[in-house]
Amino acid sequence: MQDLGIRVLFEGKNLVRLLGGLWVTLQISLLSVALSILLGIILGMIMNMKNPVVKVITRIYLEFVRIMPQLVLLFLVYFGLTKAFGINLSGEVSAVIVFTIWGTAEMGDLVRGALQSIPKHQYESGRAIGLNEFQIYAHIIIPQTIRRLLPLAINLVTRMIKTTSLIVLIGVVEMVKVGQQIIESNRLEVPSAAIWIYAFIFFLYFIVCYPISRLSVRLEKKWKD
Amino acid sequence: MDIQFISKYLPLYVEAAKLTLTIATIGIISSIFVGFCCSLVRYYKIPFIHKIVSIYIELSRNTPLLIQLFFLYFGLPKIGIRLSSESCAIVGLTFLGGSYMAEAFRSGLEAIPKIQRESGLSIGLTKFQVFWHIILPQAVTISMPAFSANVVFLIKETSVFSAVALADLMYVAKDLIGLYYKTDEALFMLVCAYLIILLPISIIFSIIERKLRYAGFGN
Amino acid sequence: MSKKEKILEIKHLKKNYDDTVVLNDINIDVCKGEVVVILGPSGCGKSTLLRCINGLETIQEGEIYLSGEKISNQDKKMHLVRQKVGMVFQSYDLFPHLTILDNILLGPMKAQHREKKEVVVEAEKLLERVGLLDKKNAYPRQLSGGQKQRVAIVRALCMHPQVMLFDEITAALDPEMVREVLDVMLELAKEGSTMVIVTHEMQFARAIADRIIFLDSSKLVEESSPEEFFTTPKTERAKQFLNVFDFDIAK
Repeated sequence: MQDLGIRVLFEGKNLVRLLGGLWVTLQISLLSVALSILLGIILGMIMNMKNPVVKVITRIYLEFVRIMPQLVLLFLVYFGLTKAFGINLSGEVSAVIVFTIWGTAEMGDLVRGALQSIPKHQYESGRAIGLNEFQIYAHIIIPQTIRRLLPLAINLVTRMIKTTSLIVLIGVVEMVKVGQQIIESNRLEVPSAAIWIYAFIFFLYFIVCYPISRLSVRLEKKWKD
Repeated sequence: MDIQFISKYLPLYVEAAKLTLTIATIGIISSIFVGFCCSLVRYYKIPFIHKIVSIYIELSRNTPLLIQLFFLYFGLPKIGIRLSSESCAIVGLTFLGGSYMAEAFRSGLEAIPKIQRESGLSIGLTKFQVFWHIILPQAVTISMPAFSANVVFLIKETSVFSAVALADLMYVAKDLIGLYYKTDEALFMLVCAYLIILLPISIIFSIIERKLRYAGFGN
Repeated sequence: MSKKEKILEIKHLKKNYDDTVVLNDINIDVCKGEVVVILGPSGCGKSTLLRCINGLETIQEGEIYLSGEKISNQDKKMHLVRQKVGMVFQSYDLFPHLTILDNILLGPMKAQHREKKEVVVEAEKLLERVGLLDKKNAYPRQLSGGQKQRVAIVRALCMHPQVMLFDEITAALDPEMVREVLDVMLELAKEGSTMVIVTHEMQFARAIADRIIFLDSSKLVEESSPEEFFTTPKTERAKQFLNVFDFDIAK
């Protein structure tokens, strides 16, 4: 019976459909990561400002987003926004919004940490040679922070991909959903399909995430000092 | 906001929160146990087993809990292993948490200089005594921040348990939205429930961390 | 010397890491109450020799005996041997999570299973002698480098070792703290402790040693009294080594 089960993967267009589902997941995660990195850098720089009001507001945003399970945030946007403003957001759009809000918070905190780890005299010597604030960031601070930041940002990509698995719970048709459809349509002929499909999805996630997290670890070791 | 609705369905949330917390507690305790064993296996490089442990850790850290749960709940019964929702949740959380805890403890173990082990040996302690009196207390202190971050992370991860038909907080919220279309109230209570659970825990941990840092070590 | 009781005997010791020979055919006897100072350039294997004696390194050939009992490569009962051999390291090796007193008590209580009361009395007496009794409830991080090393010596002494090994214990200290540590060792020597010392402090070596052993490129090159070694070294290599510590007047 198990021999039968694994065949389901290769029957018809099943494999292509599953990979298509993976592509949906990846698109949503990569788009969210790109937006998060962009917004996170801005947020990190804002959080580095001395203004106490800014500090409190960003702190609350950060703590709230990080303490809430991502699935709760997903529900808030997908069900909550729809109800509150009468706008009908698709699952995909809700997902990108939520993961960007979450990713921006994570990235912002990383950027803030990396910026603060740059010694004060780096800013001072920038000023001493007559650079303005923008030039100091562009030529002195940012190049140094990138080394600290890049491994952590890459690590955020794997976290984002894993988190994106949640979107099946708000009805987005991605890999798991496709898998469920395949299981459903083979329910009678191949009752053991479920274990093969889920094992396959499990390994697809692993194959995607593992190289990325290895890369992150390697860069971190390489740039340690 | 419909206050009557909230007070009427509050008990459902309380029940769900209890269930979430119970399973989270069991899962986290077994994660600590699994993680502790795995970190020792990797730290002392026990032949063969440490390879298996490495594979487990990579598998667990590079796949989502949701998929792990689906495999346990929908996949395994096809080969005759039938687990209840609760068992799936606990096994899944332990599978995930074990690797995170292992990495936390291992970083603590590896942060201890070799000279600590050697000076322990040189006052005539056995290897086990060195581990118990010298390595372990320091490693636990050093890994505390990573450990507490993991606890909060694992409690957050429990929010996917509704996917394996466990009547947790998300499950109740989704039910109320579906049945009564009381979205605002349901979501409001959901957010409050998680804040009430997670906020005190993360505050307590940050206090413990600060205490440990003060009581901590030379550097 | 030969009439005295031999505490430590090292016979034809050979130690290598993979292909690199670190110690080659080393023979040393240390008698009760004797102070032996091991000198030599960096990388000559001095520290490794001490680590071999204390069983922190396995050896490839030869044997080490403590009071006639073979102690080299005895994996199983090595912790029993180490209870009789005290060792102080170069880096501050106190346990940061324990108070000074607990650092000292750990070995006697856990390894030797002695009564706490008795050990506390002894530990306090020793701490008083090195001038640190008021620090007994402090943590290592609250002490200076010199103070930490004095505690480390007390911690080793409290085990009543038959021989004490000192591995460059002043090398990581600020110059003004070196003296306080060396004074403690001089006092131990006066009282008749058996000690094997690796150091770079030449004046100190000359003052404390009964015998100097000079190692170079993993071999025992010269063995003589301190007077002889510092005034009329027998070998060319020892002469070169001692020259490094002299400065010509620059102006």
